[in-house]
Amino acid sequence: MDNNYYDPADLRKFGKISEWAPELGEKFFDYYNSVFEEGALSAREKSLIALAVAHVVKCPYCIDAYTKDGLQKGITKEEMMEAVHAGAAIESGATLVHGVQMMNKYNKLSM
Amino acid sequence: MATKSLKAAGHQLAQTQKQLDLLQSGPFKDGDLPLFKDKIAQSGQFPLKAKKLEILQINLGYMCNQVCAHCHVDAGPDRKEIMTRETMQQCLDVIAQTGAHTLDLTGGAPEMNPDFRWFVEAASAAGIKDFIVRSNLTIIRANKKYHDLPEFFAKYGIHVVSSMPHYTKGKTDKQRGDGVFNASIEALKMLNKVGYGMPGSDLKLDLVYNPSGAYLPGDQAALEKDFKKALDTDFGIQFNALFAITNLPISRFLDYLIASGNYEDYMYALVDAYNPAAVAGVMCTNTLSVSWDGYLYDCDFNQMLGLKVASKARHIKDYDTSLLEGREVVISQHCYGCTAGDGSSCQGAVA
Repeated sequence: MDNNYYDPADLRKFGKISEWAPELGEKFFDYYNSVFEEGALSAREKSLIALAVAHVVKCPYCIDAYTKDGLQKGITKEEMMEAVHAGAAIESGATLVHGVQMMNKYNKLSM
Repeated sequence: MATKSLKAAGHQLAQTQKQLDLLQSGPFKDGDLPLFKDKIAQSGQFPLKAKKLEILQINLGYMCNQVCAHCHVDAGPDRKEIMTRETMQQCLDVIAQTGAHTLDLTGGAPEMNPDFRWFVEAASAAGIKDFIVRSNLTIIRANKKYHDLPEFFAKYGIHVVSSMPHYTKGKTDKQRGDGVFNASIEALKMLNKVGYGMPGSDLKLDLVYNPSGAYLPGDQAALEKDFKKALDTDFGIQFNALFAITNLPISRFLDYLIASGNYEDYMYALVDAYNPAAVAGVMCTNTLSVSWDGYLYDCDFNQMLGLKVASKARHIKDYDTSLLEGREVVISQHCYGCTAGDGSSCQGAVA
């Protein structure tokens, strides 16, 4: 075992998670693959959503995977960066909206 | 951006044996990845055998006005290998006797061969159903003597197939050189003007997309939709179909993969995306590739690796259907490039 929590080469071993729980693994990958097929949203749109979420959950494997997926789909770097900002805006908004709770509590405790 | 071919730069990868050694080493030598022959054997597809000849692809020479970063031919202005009229005549003799329905001229920039127009005129008389010229587009704008190429193509009903790595300027110029995007757009407009790619016209204009980096092409139909929308909206350009082609790990693209530290990941990606259904449609089973000096290869990639056909007939002057049909196709690990995902050929996806 390496002395790192993350190894880029582990990404291509993702499928191995099925070895220790085949039924659940198979269900997960079936679901996963279905999600990213063309649907009411295009595969291209879903790839950008995945890229934004990958940044929000800070998953290095997912960032590698969906940057490459975006390139394969012809998505431009400008589109990719805007998607990352969309994720970042929601994430920072989620922090800031709690400011209302802080204000409420402050007001309640103050004379 | 490189301005010299690997050959002119004296690069070690200009030697085909070095490339072939590399394709046998690393994860393939360690046993981490299966050899192509073992992989196709698993689905009972080894050995690959040539079927009836349908496509004759002729490389008129390695000279080109561009030095693209991914070029598997290692083409460029410094390459002097050019097909002679004598070899062209030998090709014409074969074109007349084969039942091939497609004649496919490539290069380099095939238009730079001084006998290009003579050959097109002579070959068009053979009545081939689909007569393709692979044009890099910028050649049409490169010099005044090429400006009438769209009219020349139209006169002989040539099917024009052109490279276009992306519908944005940045990505196109990075792969193919500064100014290539704008020149390509101008050339496409000229082709549209004489009827190429226009609705209701018989003059076919197809585009070739290949990724500008260490990744595989996405879904061909989806990419075609994006290209059509962007080129029409931004420039009013029309075309027929988009062929998504995978970059094979040879020559300049192999050099790029190694230099950028992407080689191993790329080979894993190709092997992971292996699709037995694509093996059934690989072009080497219905194509013959003729080099500038008349030798025969199973495909243009094998030509660049110096892997001649495994047959007693190895030169166009010795062409013999009975010797070539049923021949065993020469393979190595670069072949994974044609069997990944939806497959890849000079006509795009195959599965």
